Amino acid sequence: MDFNDTPAEARFREEAVTWLSHNVPSDDAFWALTPLEQAKLWQKRKYDDGWACLGWAPEFGGRGASPIEEVIWRQEEARYELPTNFFLIGQGMIGPTLMAWATADDKARYLPPLASGEEVWCQLFSEPAGGSDLAALRTRAEPDGDDWIINGQKIWTSGAHYADYGVIVVRTDPTLPKHKGLSYFYIDMRAPGVEIKPIKQLTGDADFNEVYFNDVRVSDRQRLGEVGQGWQVALTTLMNERAAIGGGIGKMDVDLAIAIAQDVELDGQPAIDNAAVRTRIADWYVQEAGLKYTGYRSLTALSRGALPGPENSIGKLVGAPKMQAMASFLMDLLGASGAISDEAMAVKAGIIQRAYMGAPGMRIAGGTDEIMANIIAERVLGLPQEPRLDKGIPFTDVPTG
Amino acid sequence: MNFEFSEEQHLLRDQARAFLAEFCPTNTVRAVLDSDNEWDHALWQRVAEMGWTATVIPEAYGGLGLSHYELAILAEEMGRSVAPLPFSSSVYLASEAILTFGSEGQKSEWLPKLASGECVGTVAMWERPGALALEQLATRRLGETVSGVKSPVPDAGVADVVVVLAHSDAGLEACLVPMDQAGVQQQSVMTLDGSRGHSTLTLNNAQAEILGHNAIDPSAWERLIDGAAVMFAWEQLGVAESALTQARDYALQRFAFGRAIGSYQAIKHKLAAMYVKNTLARSNAYYGVWALAENSADLPLAAATARVAGIQAAAFAAEENIQTHGGMGFTWEFDCHFYYRRAKLLSLVIGSEAVWQDRLVSGLTHQPTVAL
Repeated sequence: MDFNDTPAEARFREEAVTWLSHNVPSDDAFWALTPLEQAKLWQKRKYDDGWACLGWAPEFGGRGASPIEEVIWRQEEARYELPTNFFLIGQGMIGPTLMAWATADDKARYLPPLASGEEVWCQLFSEPAGGSDLAALRTRAEPDGDDWIINGQKIWTSGAHYADYGVIVVRTDPTLPKHKGLSYFYIDMRAPGVEIKPIKQLTGDADFNEVYFNDVRVSDRQRLGEVGQGWQVALTTLMNERAAIGGGIGKMDVDLAIAIAQDVELDGQPAIDNAAVRTRIADWYVQEAGLKYTGYRSLTALSRGALPGPENSIGKLVGAPKMQAMASFLMDLLGASGAISDEAMAVKAGIIQRAYMGAPGMRIAGGTDEIMANIIAERVLGLPQEPRLDKGIPFTDVPTG
Repeated sequence: MNFEFSEEQHLLRDQARAFLAEFCPTNTVRAVLDSDNEWDHALWQRVAEMGWTATVIPEAYGGLGLSHYELAILAEEMGRSVAPLPFSSSVYLASEAILTFGSEGQKSEWLPKLASGECVGTVAMWERPGALALEQLATRRLGETVSGVKSPVPDAGVADVVVVLAHSDAGLEACLVPMDQAGVQQQSVMTLDGSRGHSTLTLNNAQAEILGHNAIDPSAWERLIDGAAVMFAWEQLGVAESALTQARDYALQRFAFGRAIGSYQAIKHKLAAMYVKNTLARSNAYYGVWALAENSADLPLAAATARVAGIQAAAFAAEENIQTHGGMGFTWEFDCHFYYRRAKLLSLVIGSEAVWQDRLVSGLTHQPTVAL
């Protein structure tokens, strides 16, 4: 075993490092832009030189890179503090869906500007009645000539307020069992009748939105997949909700825990010398190192041209509760000062408090802890699904509440 | 990035797993547990014929000269099959101690016999309840003899030679003590895992040779134990994997309230939690064996991390496997208790969880460690 790149990987990494060193914006003018403007400028610069959506085919704006090359690129790009989050959903999940299901004309029209960052996409899946149980969604689309008329409400839509386009799953036949009556469209987020309301989170930020549809007219040409095939198309999108291979969650790591435990006292001694503190830190390190080396195992599979095993599925289930527990414990070590979140006064500029407040969202978004455990149990261990009361009956007859 | 075993090593795993499935099914473990035997001697001879006891011993001493990657693979399979063998005592501990500290003559005398499996070795460290404190051992070496009481000593009932940790005026010493002599009294003691033997050794002026004819630095002994900890971590992982497999199979086959119990989220989430701990333990064990095989300066931290992860995964899987089985899991008839016994035994043998958590944090903060 070793941790070295193959010669070809090393050459690719060198190329990436060199390009980044010449092209990462450093000027004050860049940093004076809004985050979205920064992101668009950086994305366009990458696109122009062939460093956007590396795995995509050249005609869609990529360079047909291998998965391990994409990982190497992400590792090197992550060494800089750059705004890239705005495009994650569009490029990571919706791009592959368009490639699989859109017409040749639509692929040529929409994929290149998605890769270049000139057009931003969002994903309109979750609803008040359908979170973990996504297929319970109720937003309706009814045919009207060559068009469809959409009515209903979506929720938890990241980036709806700055997105140009969105993909949406809607119910086109409520008399069918729930997975069979769905269809999938892409829509113009500025179409008449689309109303976007930000959701203020418990952190005080507003990253998500509610999106209301009031008689929104959509052409049948914007349908992806057949009528009634929406669930299969949605699965393409969800399968690309990739685990962040080799990445971590936030800055709540054991290094920070040790720094704090060395800095504060417990029973008149540095907290790091306290056995209970050491036990907790050791357990978190087991999790942190375990995830890191699990990532290395996946990278090795990619490097060999194979698919990673199911081991990556543990990442969020371990990482998110760990972040919450660590943040809580580190605040405990700080005593009453642990409550201070004011960036100017708080230890480590308030990142611990922000992590604690953000952690509940991490444990829910993209699959709750409970859903992630179900996925491991069913897809990795092969355990059967729970019996369902809504199976095989018309959606209109499914009990609700 | 090449953080994976080689093709040849994967083949070795397949071969070892098939071999132990054939020659060490769980009724082999049960037979030892149900009898006064402290091992399955015939199985030991088969394992020795396969060369497994010779894995990391250099060819100059009759070994195969393979790496700890190969030994890690075998260790996992030993755990998976809960083998009733003194493999850990003889291979991870005694052979390694003689190889590390022995003189040329001592290595030439003992390593070929340990490699061939003709001799079984073990290590006698413990004397009394509580964490092992190397500086407080009561066993003394005087002249060419050693005296003291060591307990529990794993596999001493079937061993030919024991490496006894003792003190003399010169400091800490590892003494080579042949079992077949009047100065060594061996009394078997019952432990919670009767599929392995344990003894109290009473040494009365037992003839002893100091390994390497010199006192050893406690940190050098700790380096040896770090290496063993990595191997134990792989063995614990094997136990954990078997317990998860048994729980999964039972959850699919056992019905309650008209459906497989594996369809209930209470059971699913329990098994998913096992899978998570096993995956963390495996990935940490990878890093541990890398640090050991490549002689990395990271070994103390990597070994402690692998050890803590192995202890936690094996204990959790063994405990929750019984829970998944309900009342039948609590019977002698079902095999669940094999994993429960072995997981706990392995967690105690070279220092328990709290000790290794402490060593882990010392590794992170680069503090010196003494306690084992």
